[in-house]
Amino acid sequence: MGGYGDVQMIDENGLRMDGRKPEDCRPIQIETGVIPVADGSARVIWGKNEVIAAVYGPMEAHPRKIQRQDRAVLDVRYNMAPFSTSDRIRPGFNRRSREISKVTAEALESVVLLELYPRSKIRVEIEIICAEAGTRCAGITAASVALAHAGIPMTDLVVSVASGKVNDVVVCDLNKEEDNYGEADLPMGILPNTGELVFLQMDGDLSQEEFKTAWDYNMEAAAKIHEEMARALKGGEA
Amino acid sequence: MLVAPGDDLGSSSDLEPGHGVIVVDGRLKAVKQGRTTNDGKQIGIQPRRTAYVPRPSDLVIGCVEGMTNNIWFLDIGAPFNAILPLSLGPAKGSFGGLRTVMDVGDTVLCRIQEVEENHSSVATMKGMGLRKLKSGIVESVDPHLLGRVIGSKGSNLASLKEETDTRITVADNGRIWIDGDVDGISAAREKLLEMMETAKVSEYRGDE
Repeated sequence: MGGYGDVQMIDENGLRMDGRKPEDCRPIQIETGVIPVADGSARVIWGKNEVIAAVYGPMEAHPRKIQRQDRAVLDVRYNMAPFSTSDRIRPGFNRRSREISKVTAEALESVVLLELYPRSKIRVEIEIICAEAGTRCAGITAASVALAHAGIPMTDLVVSVASGKVNDVVVCDLNKEEDNYGEADLPMGILPNTGELVFLQMDGDLSQEEFKTAWDYNMEAAAKIHEEMARALKGGEA
Repeated sequence: MLVAPGDDLGSSSDLEPGHGVIVVDGRLKAVKQGRTTNDGKQIGIQPRRTAYVPRPSDLVIGCVEGMTNNIWFLDIGAPFNAILPLSLGPAKGSFGGLRTVMDVGDTVLCRIQEVEENHSSVATMKGMGLRKLKSGIVESVDPHLLGRVIGSKGSNLASLKEETDTRITVADNGRIWIDGDVDGISAAREKLLEMMETAKVSEYRGDE
């Protein structure tokens, strides 16, 4: 996507720059209850990404015009800390964080049983502490764990993971270099128990076969990440 | 058994769905994080955390958050404030003079009279023992852990009152009013928080 197609990112043995095989995911660690004052919270450390999500609510929706008479609204805010990348990020909303907040809210709306809380609001705050490609996926994953931790009823967790293409090889869970200099990126939001899809974006070009491979990689990775999410929720803090 | 949202809990032909469980295509599915309870007929989930949802006749401790000429707004720990109309408030209130009876920040023991379809509720102070609280402290616990505070037939609560020589009122919204002398209050409060800590641990570190 960066237009540097000649950067060599897969070695002669088919391994990636950080030693992973194409289908491998970065190591992931999830813990709950990291923000004691919040109703629910989670921290996801995924490779070098670090994300904290906090959930407050359900509470009365303000301003009144955002209230829905038949269901709750999800107020999602995705934000990158100014120090999360080597280039300082100007604090506050920008075009990118607005877009990610919107797609995250839409992905989570399909699992949360919003109709149980008419006229209310559920506030989801996602803060990126350290960014190394794939923060929107880490953010959605953290937010869904935090929602479950807050006791919000939901039909399933949402696992989000991205696959992409570098040097014409489809690889799972891109790191920073692969994201910057690769040719495509396909983040997906998956419901692990049913295999349904609640979120899909694509940047760059993938052929039909490549798309299929990326899809399969994402599905496999989602199953592994879901195990870690369930472990965090079931065995986590008291 | 501890479950996360989306976990499959078996076929719906064997068991009825209880709290936190739904049926999808003949399968029982968890929608909350928590511990399952199964009495042979119904499978439910004892959640880690619940938001208080008011029901008619609940005894609640509310905090005055605002008022108009004839209505007080009470924070009862639910997603929405409850309203306390002048006609259901303390006897001496008069139109426009609500502030002289109960001001912002005052705490009241009241009952939920009515809950509307859209979750807004009406509180009342007409009833025995319902009044403004002028002494003591209010401690909050998760509403689903109230059963542990009270104990079977009120045993835990009775012994807590006895040991610390305090008056304790447990409200359904998870707020607990403790009154007595200073030492008694602080002892009761410490015991209560300790009880909550063990309750949470036994829920999550218990019989895995």
